Amino acid sequence: MNLIALSVWDLILAAGLVLLLAALSWRLCLGVGRRVLVATLRGTVQLMLVGLVLKQLFAQANPVLIGLIVLVMWSAAGWEVQSRQKRRYTGSWGYGIGTFSLFLSSFSVTLLALLVIIQVEPWYQPRYLIPLLGMLLGNTMSGVAIALDQLTRQAWDARGCIEARLLLGATWEEAIADLRREALRSGLIPIVNAMAAAGLVSLPGMMTGQILAGSPPLEAAKYQLLILFLISAGTGLGAMAAVWIGSRRLFDDRQRLRLDRLTTNRR
Amino acid sequence: MAGLRLDGLSTMLLREVDLTLATGERIFLSGASGSGKSLLLRAVADLDPHRGEVWLDDLPRSRLTPPEWRRRVGLLPAESHWWAETVGEHWRAPVADSPIEALLVALGFDVDVSGWAITRLSTGERQRLALARLLLNQPQALLLDEATANLDSVNRERVETVLEDYRATHATAMLWVSHDPEQRARLGGRRLVIRENRLEPEA
Repeated sequence: MNLIALSVWDLILAAGLVLLLAALSWRLCLGVGRRVLVATLRGTVQLMLVGLVLKQLFAQANPVLIGLIVLVMWSAAGWEVQSRQKRRYTGSWGYGIGTFSLFLSSFSVTLLALLVIIQVEPWYQPRYLIPLLGMLLGNTMSGVAIALDQLTRQAWDARGCIEARLLLGATWEEAIADLRREALRSGLIPIVNAMAAAGLVSLPGMMTGQILAGSPPLEAAKYQLLILFLISAGTGLGAMAAVWIGSRRLFDDRQRLRLDRLTTNRR
Repeated sequence: MAGLRLDGLSTMLLREVDLTLATGERIFLSGASGSGKSLLLRAVADLDPHRGEVWLDDLPRSRLTPPEWRRRVGLLPAESHWWAETVGEHWRAPVADSPIEALLVALGFDVDVSGWAITRLSTGERQRLALARLLLNQPQALLLDEATANLDSVNRERVETVLEDYRATHATAMLWVSHDPEQRARLGGRRLVIRENRLEPEA
């Protein structure tokens, strides 16, 4: 089975459906017509641009260019983690904790996949590197963001209990242990749920794409499994790193709870 | 057997406090709401960043780990906090010669209070149990933030008796924030007040 290439007209036809939706929204006074149009336009431009960039990238496999793209993806994900916090860390820690955790988890897992599992030659071949890293960053990002958000919110709400434990002679690690566990758990739940429901509720996006692009379903399933495993490992690793560094940062060297190191994100 | 010495302690609201509590001495501390009484106690327990050093006998605080220090210099906050479901889960392993039962009875509880759910307790009950929880550590100095504020007269007397007994048997230095002039006068001893960011004798 071969890939049936989409023509411009195919896409225009599909876009026509969205236009119809916008028109309906305008007619029914739903007030989202404008937003639908803007989103459609943004999505189109962004994806076409990415397609163009990737086309160039795949043709040349220029390490500098690849490095640049990886950097952009990484810093965007780090930024996203920070902006999803209700209470984020002040100073460079706010951006640093998430970014470092993403680096630790997504990059190491991607490298492992490229070098040991898929064994791509050369390992930075963009056809494999970029989509893999993208998947990992995207999912790890959510896990890290949720875990960190949970940790700092709970620490804020439970400061009386944390300090009560400190006052009774608990170490900072004992005083925050419950919150750490909770934060990690909430960071991991989405991906665990996704794994459990994969294939039953919906076909995961990547597998769908591969099947539509002509891959044998079993091969697509194998790749999807690989991705799911990698994502779980990456999310776990990233959330653990973030929660560990984050909780350490909530206390100073005299084991005092330092909520003044958090600031409220403007929303 | 411990005296407590505050050496140039400064908080956000207090400048350069030098204060020595002799072994077994109790000092009452008062002052307007928001004058920095609680902040001072928190600084002594090393719960907030501040300047200055505190000594327990000949031992400077910086020589001990924070958990060790806080076990020896126990702070009872004005509001008690509980993190587990039942009372008993909050007892750290009882020390050999501080039988928890005797302490609980002296504070007016049945021995089975350890099995009670925290949600069943009134504010006053929590306050008294927080004291029991703290004394289990056998602190060598005590910082009390309105230890009897939420109690009726019967229970206030119980807490006063338990504290005075503890001070007598352990020669504990005690810094006690109290809003109750009658209590300060009745129990006697040195009285200090915070006025305009300074610690001075109560007139």
